Amino acid sequence: MQRIGVFVCWCGSNIAATVDVEAVSEALKSEPGVVFSTNYQYMCSEAGQNMIKDAIKEHNLTGVVICSCSPRMHEATFRKTVQGAGINPYMVEIANIREQCSWIHKDKQTGTEKAIILGKAAIAKVHLNAPLTAGESPVVKRALVIGGGIAGIQTALDIAEAGFDVDIVETKPTIGGKMTQIDKTFPTLDCAACILTPKMVDCAQNEKIHIYSYSEVTAVKGFVGNFTVSIKKKARYVDTTKCTGCGVCTEKCPVKNVPNEFNLGMNNRRAIYIPFAQAVPKVATIDADYCNMLKNGKCGVCSKVCTAGAIDYKQQDEIIEEKYGAIVAATGFNPIKLDNFDEFAYSQSKDVITSLEFERLTNAAGPTSGQLLRPSDGKHPHTIVFVQCVGSRDTSGCGKPYCSKICCMYTAKHAMLTREKYPDTDVYVFYIDVRTPGKNFDEFYRRAVEDYNVHYIKGMVGKVAPRADGTLDVQASDLISNEQLHISADLVVLAAAIEPDKSARPLATMLTASMDTNDFFTEAHAKLRPVESPTAGVFLSGTCQGPKDIPETVSQASAAAAKVIGLLCKDKLTCNPCVAHSDEMLCNGCSSCEKVCPYGAITYSDKEFRMPDRTTAIRRVAAVNEAVCQGCGACTVACPSGAMDLKGFSNKQIMAEVDAICK
Amino acid sequence: MSKVTKEQVLRSSGVNVLKCMRCGKCSATCPSYDEMEYHPHQFVYMVEKGDLEPLLNSDSIYKCLSCYACVERCPRGVEPAKVVEGIRNAVLRQSGMNHIKAENIPDMLDEDLPQQAIVSAFRKYKR
Repeated sequence: MQRIGVFVCWCGSNIAATVDVEAVSEALKSEPGVVFSTNYQYMCSEAGQNMIKDAIKEHNLTGVVICSCSPRMHEATFRKTVQGAGINPYMVEIANIREQCSWIHKDKQTGTEKAIILGKAAIAKVHLNAPLTAGESPVVKRALVIGGGIAGIQTALDIAEAGFDVDIVETKPTIGGKMTQIDKTFPTLDCAACILTPKMVDCAQNEKIHIYSYSEVTAVKGFVGNFTVSIKKKARYVDTTKCTGCGVCTEKCPVKNVPNEFNLGMNNRRAIYIPFAQAVPKVATIDADYCNMLKNGKCGVCSKVCTAGAIDYKQQDEIIEEKYGAIVAATGFNPIKLDNFDEFAYSQSKDVITSLEFERLTNAAGPTSGQLLRPSDGKHPHTIVFVQCVGSRDTSGCGKPYCSKICCMYTAKHAMLTREKYPDTDVYVFYIDVRTPGKNFDEFYRRAVEDYNVHYIKGMVGKVAPRADGTLDVQASDLISNEQLHISADLVVLAAAIEPDKSARPLATMLTASMDTNDFFTEAHAKLRPVESPTAGVFLSGTCQGPKDIPETVSQASAAAAKVIGLLCKDKLTCNPCVAHSDEMLCNGCSSCEKVCPYGAITYSDKEFRMPDRTTAIRRVAAVNEAVCQGCGACTVACPSGAMDLKGFSNKQIMAEVDAICK
Repeated sequence: MSKVTKEQVLRSSGVNVLKCMRCGKCSATCPSYDEMEYHPHQFVYMVEKGDLEPLLNSDSIYKCLSCYACVERCPRGVEPAKVVEGIRNAVLRQSGMNHIKAENIPDMLDEDLPQQAIVSAFRKYKR
């Protein structure tokens, strides 16, 4: 028989206002095995913890029940407390009488009754608790960063700075991400390439960083500290060890009509290409969809002009396997497709463009060499209309329900820079709200209005109609003057909502990391653990977690790196002892548990068993790898013979709790 | 005339005016804008405030074409045309009967009344 102590917490008025704590501790006093029962204002305080320790010694307690907040909050605290008093930490049970009782009830009598029942269930469980000892697992001192944009680059640089090896996997032929396509950065207007490319070069030169460009993660196995990751290095038909990046092949290739994704299809590149001048790694890649040699074996020009002999038409995709202690998701974002917004005539007129296309039209490395020219006729636009919230804050199903966060600022930047460079241009910005809650952000937006005379109009554009004379009729509301406006524009720029990259969802599945309904990765705690995934060992960097601008992305990237470093510094990790185990005598070898296990923790083997009359028999039985098992309990439910059980949450313990509640 | 209440309009239109984020896209897209004294976004806002009298007495309710462009384009799914129709129906119901009878329709035809208004009312109230 256990000697159980019950400790009921008031949590100030959080619990005590809806639950009669005195009545709870009194009622639980008479439960079987309970030798001590009390209540206190703050059980988690030092005085409260000392009260527990003293009671353990005074009453020779063997088990402890704490009626308090969710075990998510303070289970670890109380486990340490009892350990300090000489009891195994797994002899503590928490009855959650706050989140699951006082916070959700209004009536004190009902709340008190329920708290007593929850306490009884915890007492019934403690009777069946057994001391558990946590094992240890080693930590592979290497990190993987998935995505090589500014988020992934910053995380990798910071991890490398701490002395750990780190690999970057990037699907594109070069690292750099979206920031390489941006012209200037708000609110200080530095050139994006000038501040980004040094970091790209740092990555390339850092001995601790290895870049897998033009590569993808195809499988993830293992657990925190011990991930095994398969990386597919896509064939680029160029030997990266030989290619010098001289670019002769990209000038001589006869296939000239490949849409250039770096300039969002606004000009063309060759079938063999280097995305842009500062690409890292600066090596050529052959686009197999367009290369004549790869398609029909007729050409070979690049191979002939390459003095390094780097062209290899026979190259194949290669899959490598690497071990990591920690994984950082940094998969980034894309602007949404505008198919659902035909009212803005994006598909009908070349002069209706997205904001990212506008960046390329003003960038010196863009299709117009930095001259702001209309895509349709190459003339200077004299009236430009910017439309905010295209697909953002949209609950109609056409767009995204969230605010994309960056559009207010980059539109202010575009408007201001246009007025600066082309003062003869009229610039209108249609807004629903101007959201500029960042350091020096509102001042920046006001500069666009006050110093650069950008016309900010509160209202939305309803329709854009191309006219025969080549202009665009923009029909919009001005809510403040209560008018419907018609503006004859030369160029319309749409601030398209941003969404997580399409690779994020399959990656989350591989990592068993959770996502929200918009495919943004979910953090372990919205406020207190913002850069960790709930899946141990998986961390979040940049816009894969939610819309953010560059300063915020870099801050979060460094924060994620700090968490990774904290993990990689440890030589061993303490495992969770609440894992599954199989009773070999009951196992019938059906493999049901193996099939449902999401972690691959269960293996089957043939084992020899002694049978009656000095005979033996070979039986196929399950075994659990305790280091891999995460204690989810799926196997215990799937097992038809009752052989699988979860330590700390055994079937008997759960049934005892249910019985106590139903009594 | 008995008093038309905000609740009555909300119930008959089935619109939750609180979903509106005041972007004005409904009025930006409205082809009847210049004809209307009160515009689609004002219908939504004034019903939210319970300021119904001006709407009930304005011929804007007959200038709405029921083209549903505002419903189609609204990013929040507010459906302003249904609010306009809710007000219009409230006025039509003031005549002392709850249902429009088919034989009465020819008498109601006039230049100011868009045909869609009759069709949508008839569709709702035919037995």
